[in-house]
Amino acid sequence: MNKIIKYVILDILRNRIVLAYTVFLLAISLSVFNLEDTAGKGMLSLLNIVLIVLPLVSIIFSTIYVYNSTEFIELLLSQPLQRKRLVLSIFIGLTVSLLLAFLVGAGLPILFYSGSQAGLVLMATGMGLTIIFVALALLGSMITRDKAKGIGLAILLWFYFSLIYDGIVLFILFQFSDYPLEKISIVLGSLNPIDLGRIVVLLKMDISAMMGYTGAVFREFFGGTGGSLYACLIMLMWIFVPLWLAVRKFNRKDW
Amino acid sequence: MIFATNVNKRFGKLKALDNVSFTCNKGQTISLIGPNGSGKTTIIKCLLGMVVPDSGFITFNDRNIIHDWKYRRHIGYMPQTGRFPDNMTIAQVFDMMKDIRREDTATFDEDLATAFQLNRIMDKRMRTLSGGTRQKVSAALAFLFNPDVLILDEPTAGLDPVSSEMLKDKIRKEKQKGKLILITSHILSELDDMVSEVIYLQEGKLLFHKSLDQLKKDTGEEKLVRAIARIMQANK
Amino acid sequence: MERIIQIAALLILPLLSAARTWYVGPGEPCASIRQAVGRAAPGDTVLVRKGIYLEKGLVIDRRLCLKGIGQPILDGEKKYEIISIKADGVTVEGFLLQHSGVSDWNDIAGVRIYGAKHVIIRNNVLDDTFFGIYSQHADSCIIAGNTLRSRAGVEVQSGNGIHCWKCDGMQIVDNVISHHRDGIYFEFVTNSLIRGNQSMDNIRYGLHFMFSHHDIYKGNLFRHNEAGVSVMFSHGVSMLDNTFSENGGGGWYGILMKEITDSRVDHNVFNHNTSGIYMEGTTRVVVTGNAFTGNGWALKIQASCADNTITRNNFRGNTFDVATNGTLVLNNFDNNYWDKYEGYDLNRDGIGDVPYHPVSMYAMIAEKNPAVMMLFHSFMVSLMDRTEKVIPSITPATLKDDKPSMKPLRL
Repeated sequence: MNKIIKYVILDILRNRIVLAYTVFLLAISLSVFNLEDTAGKGMLSLLNIVLIVLPLVSIIFSTIYVYNSTEFIELLLSQPLQRKRLVLSIFIGLTVSLLLAFLVGAGLPILFYSGSQAGLVLMATGMGLTIIFVALALLGSMITRDKAKGIGLAILLWFYFSLIYDGIVLFILFQFSDYPLEKISIVLGSLNPIDLGRIVVLLKMDISAMMGYTGAVFREFFGGTGGSLYACLIMLMWIFVPLWLAVRKFNRKDW
Repeated sequence: MIFATNVNKRFGKLKALDNVSFTCNKGQTISLIGPNGSGKTTIIKCLLGMVVPDSGFITFNDRNIIHDWKYRRHIGYMPQTGRFPDNMTIAQVFDMMKDIRREDTATFDEDLATAFQLNRIMDKRMRTLSGGTRQKVSAALAFLFNPDVLILDEPTAGLDPVSSEMLKDKIRKEKQKGKLILITSHILSELDDMVSEVIYLQEGKLLFHKSLDQLKKDTGEEKLVRAIARIMQANK
Repeated sequence: MERIIQIAALLILPLLSAARTWYVGPGEPCASIRQAVGRAAPGDTVLVRKGIYLEKGLVIDRRLCLKGIGQPILDGEKKYEIISIKADGVTVEGFLLQHSGVSDWNDIAGVRIYGAKHVIIRNNVLDDTFFGIYSQHADSCIIAGNTLRSRAGVEVQSGNGIHCWKCDGMQIVDNVISHHRDGIYFEFVTNSLIRGNQSMDNIRYGLHFMFSHHDIYKGNLFRHNEAGVSVMFSHGVSMLDNTFSENGGGGWYGILMKEITDSRVDHNVFNHNTSGIYMEGTTRVVVTGNAFTGNGWALKIQASCADNTITRNNFRGNTFDVATNGTLVLNNFDNNYWDKYEGYDLNRDGIGDVPYHPVSMYAMIAEKNPAVMMLFHSFMVSLMDRTEKVIPSITPATLKDDKPSMKPLRL
């Protein structure tokens, strides 16, 4: 398995997109921290970038990589290798490369300019989102054989998680505005990893006071150890459920 | 060595394999013959586990291949069109394959690689190679691990006559070592002197599985090409 | 003229009556303070030596100066009101008062002034009292330099720190109050000064202020109170140089102003409150020279407010600068600095050439439905706000600063 991971990572690093992505993140992080007056404000801007760019790049790049690796997969499938291991190797290879890009591009500047707890949580969130969207990409590319359709699906998934879902949430909140919505909004927040990540980071940035009553409810829920554990658990579920489905699909897929 | 029992496979509406059963044994050289889209490649991919049958099962050395993957270390496979990661060089592909299948064999059979003079272009990336060169790489990889079973899907398609002859020589040599060789090919005449058995597929159905001698006797033809042509006509 | 005679009398009287000094403590003629108070004549001084005194409700009914030496302890045994002052001109200084009684029907205090004038309560420590210093019908009293700390955990079991009811001319200066229900409570208190106090970690308001006209509060610090400061139903109030900080117990305020008229809010600092100022039904209030930094809502101004002027303030790092619940705006917002302003200044006079609209669409929506705050900082919300800026539809078009400052103002 390690061998295949090695070849996947070598293959990814050989094409320049990951390198470009790293440089892009690095440029943005540095400029954000240098242009904003305080590290806190820089973090806030970076948070917005992390929440939009990271999932987008992760899901699109991974999808394209999986489709472009059809030959690689076919070649290896006829070899004495376990299918599960092959697909997991591809997943790990993608994850490791993208995480590396994120840690170098955004992680180092965060540590350098703002080594606060909020910074660490932002890094953890970024890493979580990267892994989740690689898993989603893997699942998406198992669903359809056609590359164009696959990329379309990936964009749709990203669009759903970063925009459409929030629109639905807004709609629900207004439809049921006569009822107490605090608990429901925690549930709604958990059903989208981007929302969950954003809420957790904002709470750690000590601007929960800025979010009023809802913020207080969230802080009460996510502030303690139990809440952090819950957030981690949800994030892990967002990784493992799509991954598990993708592995299942891969095991039954014809090449 | 290989038993296929009632293998069915559907791709959407198309019935790719319809209740196919056959047996292959060591020392045989079997030709899979049939018109385009008759299921030749599908059956090969089923043997390799790349396509999972809807029903029926395949055993390799008495083990069902559906839960096994180690059996593939006994197989060398040359696909119809060799497809490789674009960014890798030939050397890297060879190294990777050796790396992955290191346990399979102590000595690598690099006869074909030498014959095709691949060592001269080892540094070329896969995407820069012509179709023929890729086929050469595919062929060289199939024989590299000295496997007990060789599965060759249209091995000579796309190869120049010289290389084609080299490959055929190699196949003959391996046959003499008593290996099981499965070949699909549409240029039938090339196979005449090698084949010991013929499996004929049409629209996913296995029409017959006969030894070459039996086939010649049944059709009264001396040449395999003619025998097959006769059958195809009879089935129209 | 009356005042001058009083003062003169005060100066001369001790000479005439040859005021005596009574010592209280172990080995002294008086073992208890009660004994000394009983023997003393008006104008005498009672000095209390170090020790613990269980006076079971000490009543001071004549003009005395009661002083502690080395901070003696008066213990109310969780049953009694520790000191009750029922005479004019009493001074209580230098004691540690602890464990007053707690009652559901009676406001038991550490020190209580019953309708007296010119009482001075100075440099005492009150620990674990129900109410701290309680004044009713008091006049011209000074409460200064005291430290008050309640140990009550919940609102129903706690009293107020400095509680004034129907008083006039009070001076509440340099006290430190924490963990009470309301730090300072004013009801029907007029012409008074609240200066240099620190009111922190109280269960409800740092300052609770009702029907109290013509009062000044200046240079106080209100920090980390559950509900901030509440000022209601008053006129002629001046709030100067105060700091309102980290009052964020789940949706509350730096200052909550309700039905306030003709008042000033000058040069205060609002830091990290859920809402800096919440205004409801206020009229002719001038808000100027204040710094609003890092609040959730710097200013929430309800549609019931009119003729207020918000000018020359700095708004920085607030989630929302201004929120309102209506579209009719009768207040003036000119000449402020807003860090979110994206306009330009072609003639370089330091004033932006296009108006600034401090109310965002998301602020309007969040005002109607607080639960949407869960989408705070999401991609969709920023898209929404951008769209609204280009084509305003639900934000009030008249709520704007026509002369936004390009640079932060020097306050």
